Amino acid sequence: MPNQHQSPSAVLTPEALAARVAPQDSPVRAADDVARYALGLGDDALVLAQRLGSWIAAAPELEEDVALGNIALDTLGHARSLLTYAGSAWDQTEDDLAYFRDEPDFRCRQIFERPNGDFACTIARQLVVSAYFTALYRALTGSADPTLAAIAAKAVKEVDYHLDHATLWTLRLALGTEESRRRTVAGFDAVWPFVDELFADDPAADAVPAAAVAPAGLREPFDALLLPVLDRVELPVPAVAAVRGGGRLGVHSEALGPLLAEMQVLARRHPGAVW
Amino acid sequence: MAAVEHEQVARPRPGTKPERAVWDAAAQVTDPEVPVLTVEDLGVLRAVRLVDGTPVVDITPTYSGCPAVDAIRDDIVAVLEERGWSGARVNVVLSPAWTTDWMSDAGRRKLVEHGIAPPARRAGGVVALGMGVRCPRCGSLHTRELSRFGSTSCKALYVCQRCREPFDHFKEH
Repeated sequence: MPNQHQSPSAVLTPEALAARVAPQDSPVRAADDVARYALGLGDDALVLAQRLGSWIAAAPELEEDVALGNIALDTLGHARSLLTYAGSAWDQTEDDLAYFRDEPDFRCRQIFERPNGDFACTIARQLVVSAYFTALYRALTGSADPTLAAIAAKAVKEVDYHLDHATLWTLRLALGTEESRRRTVAGFDAVWPFVDELFADDPAADAVPAAAVAPAGLREPFDALLLPVLDRVELPVPAVAAVRGGGRLGVHSEALGPLLAEMQVLARRHPGAVW
Repeated sequence: MAAVEHEQVARPRPGTKPERAVWDAAAQVTDPEVPVLTVEDLGVLRAVRLVDGTPVVDITPTYSGCPAVDAIRDDIVAVLEERGWSGARVNVVLSPAWTTDWMSDAGRRKLVEHGIAPPARRAGGVVALGMGVRCPRCGSLHTRELSRFGSTSCKALYVCQRCREPFDHFKEH
């Protein structure tokens, strides 16, 4: 965990200086252990948003450029709230955490960093992660930590749309043509090895049981949301072995490095730049 | 919920005179993405108080990723500066989560005039799927959702089957 007092992305605008000297009414500062939990959730959302954003102008139709862009924006919003809150514990901004950490510092589960593949593969990943986020944020609205509960209450309404969108596309693609079905099956096969990791132990969650949601408890609501969709289109649950995972401990697949390189290059080349 | 009570939740204008003046100034700031709506119309303006003479304003985002929030924050500070309150602070609060039920009737009317179909009222009820969205141009209910996602986070893209024009619909949220 980085612990610098000098924030590399700090911008010395008059507003920023004023904000530093003017105390907030009641500064919300995350406790260190809650922040570590929020960091994992924030990284999941940040990395997925970056992946989805690269569909803009590359989706099969204009409406999907807009839809995936909007879904990416919502997801980035969740990341910003979570990372801002996490950073409050360590005097770091959301930008410090997003742009100035290296790969082993990231705590995202590996499914979120998976390459987009083709559109069907992205939809398969999106159906899985939307079902997961729906289960997660619904449970997190009951967090003993008021900030996490508030972020979740906001997110729950948004991921509802995302799940709907992914469900509709899964139906269209799986029941479409022979080719679209073949690609949908291939998409679920590609993403499925990373599903188990979503429910694997998270030491950061264990450390704050009242504030966090225990990952193992999310499997049942996740299955209840996802499996009926697969049933409807007669897609079997892929019989593929699970990967080892370890994203919450900073262990990542080869896909994360290039994503971070692209995401971070501008901020690192021009520290403090604003537009 | 009674209408008056609902209005108090949607637009909690303070009771004391100096704070009311701050509220009324901040209330004029518009959403840069839907410039016919003020933050008061939207229900985005949540609270105003004076701390040692300095205004502190709470706003809430419509959607988590809404990029308008930063612009709205700057605009509120600027408008208060113009009126002689310097160093105003704007906090972003997430709870209670924003809902389109907080949109004012005046705001709904302005949306229609601007060519955007307003959100249906949901307060206390359930939104039926597939309910008619009225075309803001010709008034026909014979409309179809093209995409649940539109030009901004808060809007969906519709098309009118009668006048054939596409239009934005402010989503119930």
